[in-house]
Amino acid sequence: MTVQVMTSADVTKKIFNKEKLFILDVRNQSEYNDWKIEGENFTHLNVPYFELLDGVDGILDKLPSNQDILVVCAKEGSSAMVADMLSEAGLDISYLKGGMKAWSEHLEPVKVGDLKDGGQMYQFVRIGKGCLSYMVVSDGEAALIDATRMTDVFINFADSIGAKITHVLDTHLHADHISGGRQIAEKTGATYWLPPKDATEVTFAYEPLEDENDVTIGHTTINIHAFYSPGHTIGSTSFVVGEQFLLSGDILFINSIGRPDLAGKAEDWVSDLRETLYSRYKALSDELIVLPAHFMTIDELNDNGTVGKKLKTLFAQNHGLNIADEDEFRKMVTENLPPQPNAYQEIRQTNMGKMNPEEEKQREMEIGPNRCAVS
Amino acid sequence: MEDIKANVVLDAKGLACPMPIVKTKKAMNNLDAGQVIEVQATDKGSTADIKAWAESTGHQYLGTIEDGEVLKHYLRKSSGEEHEEKKHSRVVNNAELEEKLKVDENIVLLDVRESAEYAFNHIPKAISMPLGDLEDSMDQLNKDDEIYVICRTGNRSDLAAQKLTEKGFTNVINVVPGMSKWSGETKKMND
Repeated sequence: MTVQVMTSADVTKKIFNKEKLFILDVRNQSEYNDWKIEGENFTHLNVPYFELLDGVDGILDKLPSNQDILVVCAKEGSSAMVADMLSEAGLDISYLKGGMKAWSEHLEPVKVGDLKDGGQMYQFVRIGKGCLSYMVVSDGEAALIDATRMTDVFINFADSIGAKITHVLDTHLHADHISGGRQIAEKTGATYWLPPKDATEVTFAYEPLEDENDVTIGHTTINIHAFYSPGHTIGSTSFVVGEQFLLSGDILFINSIGRPDLAGKAEDWVSDLRETLYSRYKALSDELIVLPAHFMTIDELNDNGTVGKKLKTLFAQNHGLNIADEDEFRKMVTENLPPQPNAYQEIRQTNMGKMNPEEEKQREMEIGPNRCAVS
Repeated sequence: MEDIKANVVLDAKGLACPMPIVKTKKAMNNLDAGQVIEVQATDKGSTADIKAWAESTGHQYLGTIEDGEVLKHYLRKSSGEEHEEKKHSRVVNNAELEEKLKVDENIVLLDVRESAEYAFNHIPKAISMPLGDLEDSMDQLNKDDEIYVICRTGNRSDLAAQKLTEKGFTNVINVVPGMSKWSGETKKMND
């Protein structure tokens, strides 16, 4: 039997299509418990590779005979070894190219929809980490929002659809992943926009995103209206694009809301967060499709792989938007929070330009699941 | 930084997972029980994996020190020492030693574990005198002093206590169970 190689893109397709897949994860237990590849119809078995060095006989009866089996490890080497051993034992087997390292960096571009005045909205799903970036395209120009550090993916995608990136925006100073915004702006000559209240310590030049700023792209003018919506960070800004989409950053997610504590200001920002969610967002058209900067669990994906829902649906279904009592709200967003993201302080420093870690270090800083929501 | 002694040094630098562990496992087969191996690796993931592997195989993970880009992992081959019967009759438990340490400034406490074990974690007043070197080092000690002997689980210290008594030391006390259950103050590698 030959060993097959599966790419992160292949696995992403299986998630979008809700296919079955059996994942034999051979990383150590604590890494596996921290984060893993999840799909609606994926099943898992975790056996560290170092327990299989003497042979795989002990796990053969735990592996299914009627579905695809994918061996996964941190960087590929150990999964390739285990896949070889299983193949010699007579199984059809694949391993994940580049391991979890590649998985955490894979971006899947999906089209969210067309803009009324011509143009398109694309979402880049960082499936392994839950980050969502956006590209608004109109008449040969593109604006990029909350881009991750895999800058080539965005630049190449823009090239492939014949668009020039002219504006790069971040909704806030990210604490869970390293922004690619500044680099992309440098490489493409685009303008980089940041909310000034989040950018007080940055070491580079940027254009301040302020209330009611309009960023216009394309000759047919797609307007990106920025509006100040503090809560997750003091500078958090939301965008309404083409009167159709609400890019909510880390303020509002599909099944949850943002946490206000990652800069150490939970108590101070609770009322800002509530004001944003319960007043500012309430004043918007509830027909807007909310496009957040993250998803938390795989069941937030729509059937086409996108993440997004109408604002009115979220007002009806999202628990975080339906807490009448202010004290209860305060408690929810300040108490019993999930652990803070891995290396979030260093990530903030990097996004401010105060640190310039090497790529390997950046990867290490971002390891682990996304934890920007309150629960 | 203290120099840590190992019986074997394994070079796994530049190797990616799974090779550092594959090589460590192989090298471990050639070690005697109780011996210490230093594994030099550059793969960042090797620390968590070596630790987890040691736990699953019963070897003792002593610790890791970073030397520039190189991670030096120290492991001690499992010895099965927990099952041996103790023969030296004078013993105190950990709590009794802890009390004694509080009142006796001049206590003589010998730590007979390997120097690498001692280096990563030991009682501040303990003197390192690995069991294997005891014969040669015991001249430094006074035969009439009260001498406490400690190891990880009380077995090596039992052997050491027997040996000292045999050589004419009159006041030797074994500490049981020893460092594996020690909850008092210690000095660690990075202190």
